[in-house]
Amino acid sequence: MNIRSQVSMVFHLDKCIGCHTCSVACKNVWTDRKGAEYMWWNNVETKPGTGYPSAWEDQREYQGGWDVSSGRLRLRSTGQLRGLANIFHNPRLPVIDDYYEPWTYRYDELFSAPASDDQPIARAVSLITGEPIDIEAGPNWDDDLGGSPIYAANDPNLEALTPAQRAQMFEIERLVFFYLPRICNHCSNPACVAACPSGALYKRGEDGIVVLNQERCRAWRHCVTSCPYKKTYFNWANGKSEKCILCYPRLESGQAPACFHSCVGRIRYLGIVLYDADQIESAASAPEDQLIDAQLRMILDPRDPEVAAAARAAGIDQSVIDAACRSPVLHFVKDWKMALPLHAEFRTLPMLFYVPPLLPVLGNRDGDSYDASTPNLFGAIDDARLPIEYMARLFAAGNAGKVRAALKKMMAVRYYRRQETVGDIGAERVASLLAEAGTSREEAEAIYRLTSLPTFEERFVIPPAHREEAIEALEGPLEFKGATGFGIIRTPERGP
Amino acid sequence: MSWIKDIVDPETRSWEDFYRNRWQHDRVVRSTHGVNCTGGCSWNIHVKDGIVTWEMQALDYPALDAKLPPYEPRGCQRGISYSWYLYSPLRVKYPYVRGVLIDLWRQARREHDDPVAAWAAIQNDPHARASYQRARGKGGFRRARWEELLELIAAANIYTAKTHGPDRVVGFSPIPAMSMLSYAGGSRFLQLFGGVNLSFYDWYCDLPPASPEIWGEQTDVAESADWYNSKFTAVVGSNLAMTRTPDCHFAAEARHNGTKLVVFAPDFNMVAKYADQWIPIHAGQDGAFWMAVTHVILDEFHHQRSTAAFVDYVKRYTDGPFLVALEPDPAHPGDYGAGQLLRANRIARYAGAENGDWKFLIWDKLSGAPRMPGGSVGHRWQQAPGAWNLELRDPTDGAALDPTLSLLDGREGTAAVRLVEFGSGRAISRAVPVRYVETLTGRVPVTTAYDLLFAQYGVGRGLPGDYPANGDDEDGAYTPAWQEKWTGISRATVLQFAREWASTAEATGGRCCIIIGAGANHWFHNNLIYRAGIVTLMLTGCVGKNGGGLNHYVGQEKLAPMAPWSTIALAKDWGVTPRLQNAPSFHYLHGDQWRYDAGHASYTTTGDDPFTREHTADTNVRAVRAGWLPFYPQWPESPLETAAAAARAGARTPAEVAAQAAGRIAARKLPLSVEDPDAPQNWPRVFYIWRGNALLSSAKGHEYFLNHYLGTHHNDIAEEAAKGRVTEVAWHEQAPTGKMDLIVDLNFRMDTSALYSDIVLPAASWYEKADLNTTDMHSYIHPLSAATPPVWESRTDWDIFKAIAKETSAQATRHLPGPRSDLVMVPLAHDSPDEMAQTAIRDWGRGECAYVPGKTGPKLAVVERDYTKLYERFCALGPGARAGLALHGVKFEVADFYDRLAADGPSIEVDGVRCPEIGDAPEAANAILALAPETNGEIAWRGFSFLEKKTGLRLTDLAEGARQARVSYTDLQSQPRRIINSPIWSGLVDGGRSYSAFTLNVERGVPWRTLTGRQHFYLDHPGYIAHGENLPTYKPSPRPEVYGDLGLSQKAATGPTKVLNLLTPHGKWHIHSTYGDTLRMMTLSRGCSPIWMNDADAAELGIGDNDWVEVHNDNGVMVTRAIVSARIPRDVCMIYHAPERTLNVPRSPLRGGRRAGGHNSLNRIRLKPNLMVGGYGQFTYHFNYWGPTGVNRDTHVLVRRLDPDEVKF
Repeated sequence: MNIRSQVSMVFHLDKCIGCHTCSVACKNVWTDRKGAEYMWWNNVETKPGTGYPSAWEDQREYQGGWDVSSGRLRLRSTGQLRGLANIFHNPRLPVIDDYYEPWTYRYDELFSAPASDDQPIARAVSLITGEPIDIEAGPNWDDDLGGSPIYAANDPNLEALTPAQRAQMFEIERLVFFYLPRICNHCSNPACVAACPSGALYKRGEDGIVVLNQERCRAWRHCVTSCPYKKTYFNWANGKSEKCILCYPRLESGQAPACFHSCVGRIRYLGIVLYDADQIESAASAPEDQLIDAQLRMILDPRDPEVAAAARAAGIDQSVIDAACRSPVLHFVKDWKMALPLHAEFRTLPMLFYVPPLLPVLGNRDGDSYDASTPNLFGAIDDARLPIEYMARLFAAGNAGKVRAALKKMMAVRYYRRQETVGDIGAERVASLLAEAGTSREEAEAIYRLTSLPTFEERFVIPPAHREEAIEALEGPLEFKGATGFGIIRTPERGP
Repeated sequence: MSWIKDIVDPETRSWEDFYRNRWQHDRVVRSTHGVNCTGGCSWNIHVKDGIVTWEMQALDYPALDAKLPPYEPRGCQRGISYSWYLYSPLRVKYPYVRGVLIDLWRQARREHDDPVAAWAAIQNDPHARASYQRARGKGGFRRARWEELLELIAAANIYTAKTHGPDRVVGFSPIPAMSMLSYAGGSRFLQLFGGVNLSFYDWYCDLPPASPEIWGEQTDVAESADWYNSKFTAVVGSNLAMTRTPDCHFAAEARHNGTKLVVFAPDFNMVAKYADQWIPIHAGQDGAFWMAVTHVILDEFHHQRSTAAFVDYVKRYTDGPFLVALEPDPAHPGDYGAGQLLRANRIARYAGAENGDWKFLIWDKLSGAPRMPGGSVGHRWQQAPGAWNLELRDPTDGAALDPTLSLLDGREGTAAVRLVEFGSGRAISRAVPVRYVETLTGRVPVTTAYDLLFAQYGVGRGLPGDYPANGDDEDGAYTPAWQEKWTGISRATVLQFAREWASTAEATGGRCCIIIGAGANHWFHNNLIYRAGIVTLMLTGCVGKNGGGLNHYVGQEKLAPMAPWSTIALAKDWGVTPRLQNAPSFHYLHGDQWRYDAGHASYTTTGDDPFTREHTADTNVRAVRAGWLPFYPQWPESPLETAAAAARAGARTPAEVAAQAAGRIAARKLPLSVEDPDAPQNWPRVFYIWRGNALLSSAKGHEYFLNHYLGTHHNDIAEEAAKGRVTEVAWHEQAPTGKMDLIVDLNFRMDTSALYSDIVLPAASWYEKADLNTTDMHSYIHPLSAATPPVWESRTDWDIFKAIAKETSAQATRHLPGPRSDLVMVPLAHDSPDEMAQTAIRDWGRGECAYVPGKTGPKLAVVERDYTKLYERFCALGPGARAGLALHGVKFEVADFYDRLAADGPSIEVDGVRCPEIGDAPEAANAILALAPETNGEIAWRGFSFLEKKTGLRLTDLAEGARQARVSYTDLQSQPRRIINSPIWSGLVDGGRSYSAFTLNVERGVPWRTLTGRQHFYLDHPGYIAHGENLPTYKPSPRPEVYGDLGLSQKAATGPTKVLNLLTPHGKWHIHSTYGDTLRMMTLSRGCSPIWMNDADAAELGIGDNDWVEVHNDNGVMVTRAIVSARIPRDVCMIYHAPERTLNVPRSPLRGGRRAGGHNSLNRIRLKPNLMVGGYGQFTYHFNYWGPTGVNRDTHVLVRRLDPDEVKF
């Protein structure tokens, strides 16, 4: 056993309102500068849809992540042996058209326009060329576009559906969309780290955050190609790649990441998970339908005294082990099995998890009128507008049973709470719904409380880092106290 | 195979400081955004090296009850991008003025030593005046010095007051709650000056007229946390995720607590994603659905089974049991019409009752006779206090009463009541049970309002008449089958909805709510749509309950500390009677939009009556004459001159001055401006815009603004239609253009209004000033704070108006020295005895009665002004405030707190009186907080004490626990504070309870401010009876063929073109027009404000996604790109409110290559005439409270594809 600690997040998609506040919070702090305009370390996608960069999930095109060949994991983009040989050849790199050409407007002309016979405007111009631009792509181009014949229809996950199911996606009875916020998954088996010829990427030992060393990066951009989530970006202004850092400067001082902090839908949960790094390879190589279970096995239960003892022995601070026991992520992922990793079939062992959304029930046409009536109060999950097979492609490597179980439990909790607060369901029916969902009243109550009532402190359970210990390795904390912030005597300075 | 790097080699990880350094900052300051989004979110503004770098939400809201989800964090994608504006190239850093104007001014100043004379010279030269008017909006700005522009502005003020009258100086600034001092700076100046504030809440169509109709209340709703208490939530025309972004989680969290969520929206939208059921109702047809829901509930939960809780509620809290007189219908012998409520003084028992026309009767089960409960408007304003309450008791003798809700069982007979089903235009006759009442003038058949509901909704109860056989009767209004043809939704859906709704309400004691918004409120017949839903709430006992009620969220109208704020903002502390104008009437008439209107009768269905037949503009004239609505300017001469003339004629006292003027008005010697809005002597002249976008996103009929107010180019091609149709408004063959002499805009960004104004003054933004913010979405009061000083040369709105006041005072010493009397004409006022002014519609202007100010027409008040003291008074909280504050009929003694402000804080002596100084915004904030019941528990206690006397109820316990609570501005900067129970609001918040409207009324028996004191099913104003809206009903939207938007443009259209209903809901990437021009929001959307279309409609027109399209009608044109999606229904298109026309907007091929406009280029307003009535209970004017609203959803446009080579910039 090689116990490691990881900061991990759950996104409760049933609560996501698709507002993109998280995206802007991140951008304001980290990527609001030249060369980083098109970097959206955090973005929010409308599903079904093609996402950002366009059709990133289509690994036949992008060749990101890993596959298993003869029982061995290999990077799809290069393969570890071929990596060096092909170091100058990176054909699967997304190009600007897969992202977008960043633009601005000539705002100043509204002030400076000379008197004329018509109203002046601020023209759109490219941020790269400075010339007028015809805006034809953006980082959120298919926002709210469920039902677009172009964007939603080109979602690679729709391959899981029959042609008839696909056609219905654009009919009023079934039309639907939901939101998928995405940041770096801080994977346990990160393809970006594996692919970097310079060794610039690494996973931090103390919290599992995957970072990209801005001093060592040599612009090979293999991280961009190999990340199947397309969450590393190349800064064209300074020639370094960059990626989400899970706001480690904030986390280290006990503050939530900006995206988490700003999540106004209160959909995010941040907690510690302990996992066994010795199981990474086997978990990442498991057959597709067993990927979820294998990853769950790899995640350990810190309430198990043996695990806790082993963690202490591995040098994990007691505050971290305590936090791991109260981890909302542990509850959603391991205890309740309601949160699932995104595209487990990419085999990077993503360490962020998603609770799939309930969606409105489908309707029927009844002559000229539309019938939305349902045989029961909340509708049934198999009558939801989006087929479970679609969600299974996203969150369970095609294993629909995992998604169905999560949704069923969520629905059972709703009926349980309905009975508690209104009393119009019937105790027996609630008992049978809970049993069918494999849950109990106690668990349902806990799920309800963490879903509906959590305070910020219940959603964010991360102990501040012992930075004094890290700093001590370089210099005395007392010296640091007196000298920190004097950029001129410390390198690197404030940034390029 | 490990990618993990421990800190074994710390040097290799020292680069990590790269990002740590970025996170560092120097200062964090609490502020918020004042943008009428209703968010009222607490933000931490981060400052590094003196520069605002970013904002993050504050998380430190005081907690509510632990059984409710917490409020943190609040804030959205728009708010968090605000810091872009501060240093952006769109920022107004310096004062700007149009070159043509400043050249004329400098020339005139060279020729005239006196600035007022210089301004006069420009105004008296028609060529010069037209030259700078034509240049408006067309570039040529020049940077100028503050001093020079202040002098010009002051000269225009003085010239206008002297030449035309101070009521030609008007200002528009919306929604004070979002930054109340910034609003108050401008309004305080204007009201000290004698100018006019234009309303906004009704103009924006954010006011739901059904609220004053039913509750006598502008709007009062639950805070968003209370959604969590609801067990069945219907979302109607309100996209929570998009527009209630920081609140939406409560809806999601309620679902996981067992709440059912049903979303009504024509498009599959952001909030539909949350729904258990999405009901894709046809746009604007929500009223029909709710009518049918009520049909089912009346039938199954009131008739077939009389649900005890519902019946008890309706008896106590609604006008259901009140007696309505039935009037024989002369045109249809044997039939009756539902008439007015039977007045108490019509029967012998109450013949001598004080205000007996304004007290009403129920049929008392105990005595078997008609009896009069207390609580009515007549009891509210009578001499003896203590009878204004909801107790079931006759206040004359204290006898207990048991109202008979339905006369069905004890009926003496039945009467056929004639009703109209406006969908088909069919008259129907349905019997109601009646009893006969002996009145002083004979025997009168009466029924109850509750019985009339059964007739109206088609629940026969075994009575004869045109009742539907059952719910499947498709022609029988208003059955589940009937609604299908309007809504497109099945009857089975209605049945399930109605049954689940009512059974949930019964099981939970009324925890069903409607969350409703602009998607329903912006239609011409919005009052009927809302009323249909409210009736369902009332019949199931859901109003005044936590988790229940109508939660209307359109506009941040809730200014919690309203009493002291309005005293300061409207200069009441200096004895001012303010001039407050309802903007819809102002823009309809002064903006000349009435000239293009054939009148409401050409596109609406009403009863046929002289009142309903007349042109809308004529009804507006009637409304001003009758004192129903205000209108400024008042009359062709300066009201300063009117007062002076009265004095010359011997008037000594203010009363004599007013009487002199009233005599001239009655004799028609002094006509009213409303009767001739196009005559130059009646034009508004100087227009101040601050905190808003008055010329585009707030300009319904934008192109008419450009035409008639500005006198610059415009793209309207509409034909005039009012000629020959108006009799009370003078018709000028040639419509005036360019009515406004000067347009001054205070702005932090170069928006469309700034671009089209004469002068743009750089305003401090929300991170650069002290201010206060409240909203109805939560119950906290927030500060705005200066994270940096105002950048570059900008100044706060408060300071800019202070500077204008100072310069205007200086110029007044020469031109308007000494005290002046101003005669102010004001309409009859809500929350005053004016609510009992008129029982019938009579127009003295047509000789139907005499003009009696305050009774048959507007009141006349004399205001003493001193133009040389504008600045001094601006900076001092005048002695009027010490005399006490009043609001909603509640009075507060505050003298001790006033004295403490003067003693403990800065003070200033004005006219020999020591006053608290409020010259700086934080001082004004502290004055408001010190005197408001919401932030000073002692004042709340005093207000409840006042209300105790008025009602005879025990109420002071509601503030007892908070009596020591005080809040200052610096307290708010350290943490938002929750408001205290206040007698001017109807919800209770003590003990961490979430605010829900009308819980004070339901739990404590305080009446609603309506005729009967109860919630009204029945609206018996003669104008409502004439319009067929006395009972809740359904009226279809005006048809595009007759609405008048398409005539010429449809004829001119070539190539594939479709007529689409243009919906302009609030958008995702902007709050109105703010944020929509930021690079961040444009990048996250499509780089423009696109038009959303259905894929099949687009295919018919050859339009592909992201193609350019031209969207046009007679009112104007917009050129933008299309987004094509099946999520939009057919025959409808959406342009999210509100684009600027400044950002990458091409020229319009159809309008001769002129620059295309914005979404308000495509509409003009129509006013709904029955919303103008006044002087009658809850139908009595109050600013932003009552009056016709600026509807815009019924607009249709033509859409065509543009070839790329047609797109020219």
